Formats: sequence, structure tokens, C-alpha cells
Amino acid sequence: MSQEKQSGTGFRRLTAQRLVAIFLLGGVVFNWPLLSLFNRQAELFGIPLLYLYLFGSWLVLIVLMAVVIEGKGD
Amino acid sequence: MKKILIVDDEANIVISLEFLMKKEGFHVAVANDGEEALALIDSFVPDLILLDVMMPKKSGYEVCEAVRRNPERSATKIIMLTAKGRETEIAKGLALGADAYVTKPFSTKDLVAKVRSVLGDA
Amino acid sequence: MLQGWSIVLASLAYLGVLFAIAWWADRRADSGRSVIANPTVYALSLAVYCTTWTFYGSVGRAAATGIGFLPIYLGPTLMLSLGWFVLHKMVRVAKANRITSIADFVASRYGKSPLLGGLVTIIAVVGVVPYIALQLKAVSNSFTILLHHPDIVMPTGLGAVPLLQDSALYVAVGMAAFTILFGTRHLDATERHEGMVAAIAFESVVKLAAFFAVGLFVTYGLHGGFQHIFDQAELVPRLAKLMVAGDSAANYGSWAALTFLSMLSVLLLPRQFQIAVVENVNPDHVRRAVWLFPLYLFLINIFVLPIALGGLLRFPTGVDADTFVLTLPMAEQGEALALFVFIGGLSAATGMVIVETIALSTMVCNDLVMPVLLRWKSLGLAERRDLSGLLLEIRRWAIAAILMLGYGYFRLAGEAYALVGIGLISFAAVAQFAPVLFGGLYWKGGTREGALAGLLAGFAVWTYTLLLPSFSKSGWLPAEFLSHGPFGIELLRPQQLFGLAGLDEISHCLLWSLLANIGAYLALSLRRAPDAMEARQANLFVDAPVGGGSLSSWRGSARVADLLALVERFLGVERARTALGRYARSRGASRIEELQADAHLIHFAESLLAGAIGSASAHVMVASVVEEEPLGLDEVMNILDEASQVRAYSRELETKSRELEQATQELRAANERLREVDRMKDDFISTVTHELRTPLTSIRAFSEMLFEDPKIDLADRSRFLGIIVSETERLTRLINQILDLAKLESGRAEWTPVAVDLSEIVRESMESVSQLYRDKGVLLECRLPASGPEVMADRDRLMQVFLNLLSNAVKFVAPSTGRVEVAVAAGDGAVRVSVTDNGPGIAGEDQELIFEKFRQGTGNNGTLTDKPQGTGLGLPISRQIIEYFGGRLWVECPPAGSVAAGARFIFTLPLPTTQKEQT
Repeated sequence: MSQEKQSGTGFRRLTAQRLVAIFLLGGVVFNWPLLSLFNRQAELFGIPLLYLYLFGSWLVLIVLMAVVIEGKGD
Repeated sequence: MKKILIVDDEANIVISLEFLMKKEGFHVAVANDGEEALALIDSFVPDLILLDVMMPKKSGYEVCEAVRRNPERSATKIIMLTAKGRETEIAKGLALGADAYVTKPFSTKDLVAKVRSVLGDA
Repeated sequence: MLQGWSIVLASLAYLGVLFAIAWWADRRADSGRSVIANPTVYALSLAVYCTTWTFYGSVGRAAATGIGFLPIYLGPTLMLSLGWFVLHKMVRVAKANRITSIADFVASRYGKSPLLGGLVTIIAVVGVVPYIALQLKAVSNSFTILLHHPDIVMPTGLGAVPLLQDSALYVAVGMAAFTILFGTRHLDATERHEGMVAAIAFESVVKLAAFFAVGLFVTYGLHGGFQHIFDQAELVPRLAKLMVAGDSAANYGSWAALTFLSMLSVLLLPRQFQIAVVENVNPDHVRRAVWLFPLYLFLINIFVLPIALGGLLRFPTGVDADTFVLTLPMAEQGEALALFVFIGGLSAATGMVIVETIALSTMVCNDLVMPVLLRWKSLGLAERRDLSGLLLEIRRWAIAAILMLGYGYFRLAGEAYALVGIGLISFAAVAQFAPVLFGGLYWKGGTREGALAGLLAGFAVWTYTLLLPSFSKSGWLPAEFLSHGPFGIELLRPQQLFGLAGLDEISHCLLWSLLANIGAYLALSLRRAPDAMEARQANLFVDAPVGGGSLSSWRGSARVADLLALVERFLGVERARTALGRYARSRGASRIEELQADAHLIHFAESLLAGAIGSASAHVMVASVVEEEPLGLDEVMNILDEASQVRAYSRELETKSRELEQATQELRAANERLREVDRMKDDFISTVTHELRTPLTSIRAFSEMLFEDPKIDLADRSRFLGIIVSETERLTRLINQILDLAKLESGRAEWTPVAVDLSEIVRESMESVSQLYRDKGVLLECRLPASGPEVMADRDRLMQVFLNLLSNAVKFVAPSTGRVEVAVAAGDGAVRVSVTDNGPGIAGEDQELIFEKFRQGTGNNGTLTDKPQGTGLGLPISRQIIEYFGGRLWVECPPAGSVAAGARFIFTLPLPTTQKEQT
């Protein structure tokens, strides 16, 4: 992804890079082949594995995004 | 007796016209240019004006226009005389309000007849 | 309790609350204390993404494919993580360029092309109409179901319901009315609707609350929690399968495609663009939205699978999974909850419809209707004073039309698909905007043609592979079209194009349409370099300079009054003055009229207008007030480069054109002279006629009179005859002179020069006029040599000249005191003769005039005191004669105001060479 010339300060560039990383992470997590790993008839804490995996990683991603963006706040 | 005013800058023509008109029994006055003519019109009050076109100071057209502009002179007849016979000249004269137009050289008999007809005689 | 009227009442009450919120928010905005200037509100408003598709359809999809409902929400999450770049940039660019819709964005980016704007609008309308139909279907279905409480009855045979009994129609009409009231109360320069955003945010909360309520009810009310439900489901093999996704490449491919598709849709759907970009108050709000919006999606989806499973457990058959959120509470006599859920669904539907139709109607008005109307000269719109009323009217009609289209689609094609299916068709349609939009945001090479081609190609493929098949599945088009291809061409089967089988219809469509779209976009964009306007816009969009500085310089100038009038026309007088007044104050002027009509003001006016009628039309209108096109720095540079080449050519051109100018002038002058000569000839002829006829008049008159009356007395008779004689003479003289002149001028004079004694001729002429002089008492003197000089000339002609000069002199001098002197002097190869008098002299301007035919001196006071005798031809003839013999004739006078006056006529004649030696 091209970086903006406007991400002037170093901090912003870092945030931007981190967000890109999260995006890529999400792309991997939410797709095959990782998906197929958890795609089986099993349960964890009584909750189907796939369901748990998807919603769990989703939440983690959200939290990461929140942290990165609101992090040092300016 | 009807009054005729003769206006021309050529002395000889004036003489001939004067003689002619007097012989026909008109009361005649003479002017040699446009300004004289206008003055005489007011004092002499002619019934008819024999008006040359090419004159110094004021041309016959101007005199004709002045007379026609004056509502008191609406009864005054005007016959224009000129050596220039072009149609435009004739049209202009009539447009300005002349009652008739005669080109020089004219026939004395014709002129007299025209004068009489314009004045309303037989 | 749950009767028709109570449901309707509750709905109306809810809508009333929405309206009140919107109205209140608008009021607050007008007074400057905006309610929505809050990142949380912004993030919540983005949740308009969740419509009845989410509310009802997700559960339906989950019941069929398990986890397969989820990609639609994962996609936006991923997109928002990138959101800092993409969304933030989009918002900044949109604000800087006063973008008011997605059509406006695309049109503006590719050179302010109205054609592009129109195309995007059409695609958006066609693509989104099914989606609107979906909402109508959901609301009307849920209403019908609720109505039958406590029985659980599935609405069937939608298309068969008579028109006037179709609740969906009333829903459509009601929504149209509501939206019109909501969104077209006034025209805002920035196309922002604060009230709407506030209401949408509120609705998002209601949706979530309602869904949560049902979720909790099912999970903990009907069952013992998450584990319990899943345990129960495991026991049923059919349900157990739903815990996993289909483990096949097609399935994963489908999953990826849907994720990708929803990534695009969360920004490209007209309502999303409107809320996320146009309605955005502050680009920094995007930051909170980046995680808050995905969190919302997370929360609203937690209970989907449990509800689906719960429903399947409760209703093994016979009940549409789409309706579980409603039918489950109903089955358990939870009337209040059911009503709440219904309201939740209604909320989801109205939110979508309001924002979507407002966004679409804005586009239709600004990018479709107005450009056509403005160009349709016969309507004279460009001259109409106040167009804000017209703009609002167009939008109202557009809203109504769009909703009717939605209803139409619903009636005719709504049965064929489950809710989710319809929605995905719309997603695929707006995905066609992705190449041009993102390409425009990150690549400067995109051109107008490329964008047009890409959009058309993508739209065409979409139509062929998704839209038409949807009609085929509803029975509009023959089923063979789908199964065997058009006219039986199997290779062109709409959903297995070129034999590519094995993909679900969405992935299939996505693949081909984006291929065609991107391919055409790149191919045509690369055919030529972007032109000045495109390049400038590319810089503005791709570089997105901070501060929104557009370095455009509108060249040319406009008057402040003109700009003000223009803005007033479209925004209304009040808003125009408010906006411009604020601008004026920010620039230090106390009144609008004091503003400088500089490039800044022009640009500001343009952006104000863009808010009302879209940037393409605004550009056109401002251009009509300013005379020239704006240039960016690049273009100026390019022009300078070219200019040096051009300069060389233009210098050459300059000299050539100057020569041409000169030649024309000379030609004109020559023409003038020719005309004047022509005129003079006419004058001459008419004057000659007059001159000839005058003496003839006297001759004839007197002759006739003498002839008529022989008895005229002698004195008169003599006089008359004398006059006849003299006039005859005059006539003869004139005719002679004219003939002379004619001969001289045509060069046919045949005078043979012989040697003549000048002095002798002088003396003889003096003798001829002596009587004239004696009569007037004028002194005539001469200074002559005893004899000679001899010149080569014609004796009679020279005589003629002397007689002319002498008789002129005696005419003009005063009697008794007049004095005329003739002097002859030889020397220097020529002889000089002068005739001097002490008369009044000749005024400077007349000194040449008198040598013209028929002109005579006017005397000192400029008027004829009396008409002199003579024809006016004497001097011209004399001059011709002298010149014929090689000499010159002119007049000299002392300057005006000197003591002595008078005129001196001088002529010279060349001396033959032999004689020169003698002197």
C-alpha cells in the first residue's frame, strides 16, 4: 500500500504501518488456509471451534485496531 | 389679385419671370437668395412662390422646408425651379412639400399654365 | 393485542420519534451546536450498513450455510483497518473538492466530466433498486407475519396480492413520504443532513438493542446459554453440519469473494458513501470509526447463529429462517418483544431507505437531470434567477420514482431470491465503482475515457451475469436463457461465461465484471496522457494536499456581483449570503461587496455551487461567469514549453499580418480615391448641366416672351434682347471652356508649341482688358523686359491664361484703389510670371480650392457677397494649359493678419535650352 505523504510525523507513519499489518493479518486469519485449520467438528468450551475461532479472532483484531489508533492519541 | 414671390439668384431669370408674371396679372415680389425670401414671405405673404433650388445662403430646399413647417403658411403654394433635372432632386422637392416642380429651361406657356393650376384657377 | 392498527400505530410513533430527533438535530446544527460532531455518532451512523438483510437475512443465511453469513461483516472490518488510508483520504479529498456524492466524486476526479457523473448515477440506481426492494419485502413480510399472531403464517405468493392490498405498496409510499419530508426540506451547500445522521445513529442503537433483545431471549430465555444451544444442535445431524463450513475450494473461494465484495460495498454503496464521506463532519472521526464500527458489527452478529439454531430447533420445518427473529418471540407469546423486534426491523429498513434514496436522488438531480436541463438552452435555465426550488422538486420526484422502482422490482422479481441473494446483486453492482474510484485515488493515469469504458464494461457484464439471470429466475426471461445461453450459445451462458463453471453466481460475476472493468479502464486510460483538467484533478485527488489547497488559478476575472448572483440562484439568497458573508469576514472584508473577485473567491463560489448541483455542473456555471478556463501550475509549465516553439511561429505570423494590414489599408485608400473621383465626376456633370441650363433658361424665357407678345414696349424689348445676346455669349464661353477642359483632361489637346514672345503676349492681353480696368478704375501696371523671353507654347492658349488671370484680378480688387501688376522675370532655366493684386486675398484653405472646377473664391468673410461673374472654370483651365506646356501655376498670399493683403498668381514656364544660354 502506498503511504501518504501526509503521514508526516513518525508516529503517524508507525500507526499507518501497524494498521496495514492488522489488515494483512486479518486477510490471512479470515481466509483459507488458516480457516481450514479450524474447520472441523469440534468444540471448545462447548462452542463450535470455527465459530469460536472466527469471533474470537475478530474481537482480537478489533481490540488491536482500537489500541493502535487510539493509542498515543493526538 | 394673387401674389407671387419669385426667388432666384440669377438676375436675368428673375427679370424674365417678373415680367412674365406681371403680364399675367399677378402681384409680384422678388428675392435673390433664401434669406431674403424668408423675410419677404412673412411680409409679402405670397399665395405662390416660384423657388429656385440652387441658391447661396439658403437653398430652395431649406426655404421650402421652412415654409412648410409654419402652419400659418399651409395655404402658400410652392413651385420649385431647377436646372438639375435628376429624379432624386424632383422627389426631394416634392417630399419637402413643394406643390410642383419645373425644370429649366422651361416653356413660358407651360409655366404660366402650371402656376394657374396650382393656384386653383382654370 | 397485536392487531393491525396497533402495529401501525407503533410504527408511526417510532417514525415520529425519528423525525423529532432529526428535526432537533437540524435545529442544533443551525445554531452551531452540532449534535453529530462526535466520533461515536459518526461510527454509529456507519452502521446503516446493517439493514433488514442483517436483521432478518443473516439468520436465514446462517440457518442454511452455518457460518456463511459472516464474510459480509468481516470484509468491512478489514476495510476499516485500512480505513485510515482509504476512508480518511476519501473524506479529505471529498471535503477539499466539495464532493456531494459518489457520482460527483468520480465525475470530478476525471476532469469534471458530467457524462461520467450521469453514468455512475445510472449504475447506482439500477444496482441499488433491488436492495431497496429487499427492504420493502422485509417490512411487508414482517408486518404480515406479525398481523397473524398468534398464528405463525408465512407470507406467500407476493406477486399475487392485488396492488391496493399490498402492504408493501403502502410501505413504499410511506417511506417515500417520510424521506421527502426528512431530506428535502432545504438545500444545503454541502449536501449534509445533520438531522438525518442523528436519526440514523439513533436507529443503529435501536437495531442493535432489538437484535440483542431477541438474541438474549433465545439464548438465555429459551435455552440455557450458548453452550446449551450448541449442545442441542450437535444432536441434530443436520444442524451439526452447520458448525463447519463446506470444506471445498469453491466454498473458500466464495467466502473470499464475499469478503472482498463487502470490503468494497462498505464504502461504495451510495448510502455508505453518503454517510461515511459526505456527511462526515471531521476527518478525524474516522479514527474512532475504525474500531467502533467493526465492534458494532461484531456485537450484532454474535447472536445470529444461536438464533438460527434456536429457530431450527423450534421450527424444524415450515418457517422461513429469515423470520426467526420475529417468529421465535411470537411462538412464545412474547408480544412486546415481537413488536420491539418488528420495530427494530422497521428501523433497519427505514434507515437504509432514507439514506440510500437521499443519496440517489442527490445524484439523479445533480448528475443526471441538472446537467441536461442546464444544457437545454430552450429552457433558459441558465438565466433563471432562483433554482433552489427547482432542485428540491427534482429531488422529491427522484425519491418517489426510486421507491416506486424498488416496489416494482419487489413485485416482479422479489420472489425469486432470498433476501440475502438480492442484496449481493447490489453489492456486485456498486463493486464496479471500485476500479475508477480507487484508481482515481491512487493513480494519476486514469482518464475520462478509461473511466467510462471501465464502468460501462463492468456494468454490462454485471447486467448480463447477474441482473438478467435474476429476471430469468423470476420468470421474466425464459429459463433457457440461463441454462443454454442466449440463442442457445452455450459458451455465453450468463452464469457460466465461456465455460467457467463451478463458481457461485456472485464470484462468477465478480470475476468477469471486474476483469472487464479493470481491463477497459487501464486499456483506455493508457491510450493517451491525461489532459490538463484530468491531470489537475488527479493531483488534487491523489496527492490530496493538506489544507485542501487547490492551486488552481482561474484565469480571467469575474465580478463579485456576478458570482453572488450565481450562488444565490442555486442556494437561495439567504444561504448564499450567509456563506459568502462568512467567507468575506474570514478574508477581512466587512461586506460581500468588498471582496476581491480573485481566483480564491471564484474557487470558493465554485465549491459552494458544487454542493448544490455537483462539481461538473458548478464548473460549467462558474465558467459562464468567468471567461476563461482554470489552469494548474503543471499546465502552465507545459504551455510555456510549447510556447517557445509557438513564439517563433507567431513572430513570423506577426510580420506577415502586418504586411497584410498595410496592403489592405493602401487598397482601401485607393478605393476611396477612386470613389471620390467618381463622385467628382458626377458632381462635375451635374454642375455643368446646371451651368449650361441657367443661361438657356433666360434665353428661352425672353425669346418666348418676345415672340408671344409683339406689343412689348421698346425699352423692355431692347433690354430683353440684350440679355438674350449676353446670355448666349455666356453660354458659348462656357461650352468652349468645357470643351477645352475635356480636351485637356483627356489629353487630346493638340496645341503645337511654337516659339512665342512672352512679353508681347502680356502686352496684348493687357490691351484687351484695359477697358475693363478703366471702367472699374483699377490701375494696371507691368514690369517686363523689352522683348522675350521666348517660350515654347501656343499663343492663343497663353493669351487665354493671361486674360483669365487679369480678369480675375480686376474682379476682386476694390474699385478706384485697386492695383494689379504683371511681372515677368527669366532665370534659372525657367521664366516666372506673376500677377499681383491688392484685393482681399485668398484664404489659406481656398488657395488650392480655387483651382478646382466650378469653385470660386469665397471672399474674406467666407460668404459670397455677390455671385461673381464667370464660370468657375477659368483657373482650372489655366492651370491645365500651363502644365501642358511644362510649367506650374499657383497662388501666394501674405499670411492672414498682415498689413498688406492681396493675392499673387504665379506661373512658371520652362525656357528652351538655346535661350538659356543667351541670358
